[in-house]
Amino acid sequence: MIVRIMGEGQWKLADDKVDTLNEVDAKLEAAVSAGDQGGFESSFAALLDLVRGQGEKLSDDDLHDSDVILPPSDSTLAEMKELISGDGLIAG
Amino acid sequence: MARTPGPYAGTEGVLISMSIFKRMSTIFRAKANKALDKAEDPRETLDYSYQKQLELLQKVRRGVADVATSRKRVELQAAQLQSQSDKLHSQAQKALSMGREDLAREALTRRSGLQGQIEGLQAQHAQLQGEEEKLTLASQRLQAKVESFRTRKETIKATYTAAEAQTRINEAFSGISEEMSDVGLAVQRAEDKTAQMQARAGAIDELLASGALDDVTGTGTDNITLELDRMASTSDVESELASMKAQLGGSEAPKQLSQENAQPPAQQSAVQDTVQPAQQPAQQPAQQPQDGDAR
Repeated sequence: MIVRIMGEGQWKLADDKVDTLNEVDAKLEAAVSAGDQGGFESSFAALLDLVRGQGEKLSDDDLHDSDVILPPSDSTLAEMKELISGDGLIAG
Repeated sequence: MARTPGPYAGTEGVLISMSIFKRMSTIFRAKANKALDKAEDPRETLDYSYQKQLELLQKVRRGVADVATSRKRVELQAAQLQSQSDKLHSQAQKALSMGREDLAREALTRRSGLQGQIEGLQAQHAQLQGEEEKLTLASQRLQAKVESFRTRKETIKATYTAAEAQTRINEAFSGISEEMSDVGLAVQRAEDKTAQMQARAGAIDELLASGALDDVTGTGTDNITLELDRMASTSDVESELASMKAQLGGSEAPKQLSQENAQPPAQQSAVQDTVQPAQQPAQQPAQQPQDGDAR
């Protein structure tokens, strides 16, 4: 699976890492829904770290598209909430 | 793409959240396809897209330059405020050494106000530097992808067969289109942040231009400086008078001061040398202490 972190690039994540990714992601989603700032920060950081740490960075000239796109690492809780609510950061 | 359908069928939370992030990639891809649908000959879209890519690349580079300009402006302002702050600090020291705690306090109070602004500018500077680095990297990534796209575009055009063109062009497009959306957003975010800071930087520029800060720390015209200069002159006059009185041993009357200029006694010039070693050896009349006083 190819994951893009916006503003950073793309990583190839082995399929056996996807379960872990989903676990961290569930925490993130719960924190964002609850408006829990601390939980959002720690779970979002964990999600990004997982991709950066466990994934294999694709070279810049690679033209593959991504299966999953994560918002920029400096996204705020409010921006993330907007994303989750479906209005989409990227709609434009 | 349903490359990993299994893991997403977990708890509902996982399903919702990941599907959002997955949907983002779908939106990116849809944009790429929309561009494709417009063209009659897919090969035209390759050149058209390449043109767009180059335009975006220019935009990112301009973005980098704009952020750098803002960063330099903030640097300049911080340096100006810092030198004023340093000046107030040395004024405070000088005032204290002259026993004027009130003046020293005044200088330090003004300085602490400046320090707050300097810290604000430093925080802005760090943020702008971060944006600049991000955009620089974004421009490098986009550049690499654009190069890669160009190569692929030329290959596709050279070996064009209508049957396979659509698939291959699709592949080339989706990757670069995603990158373009990403970079586009990065530029947008950087512009937003820079615009906020420019408003604040403008306020500080106005403050600097208005002379409000010069009044505090300007060259030689503010009241702390004037007071210190005045005190320096006074104390020099006093110490000179005192040393002269000591030399005269109180035996001669003040009216002989003018005559004293013509005949420098060895003892007296020695005393003067220790007070003002860099001054002319000739005796200065006591009436003009300002000419030789230490500022």
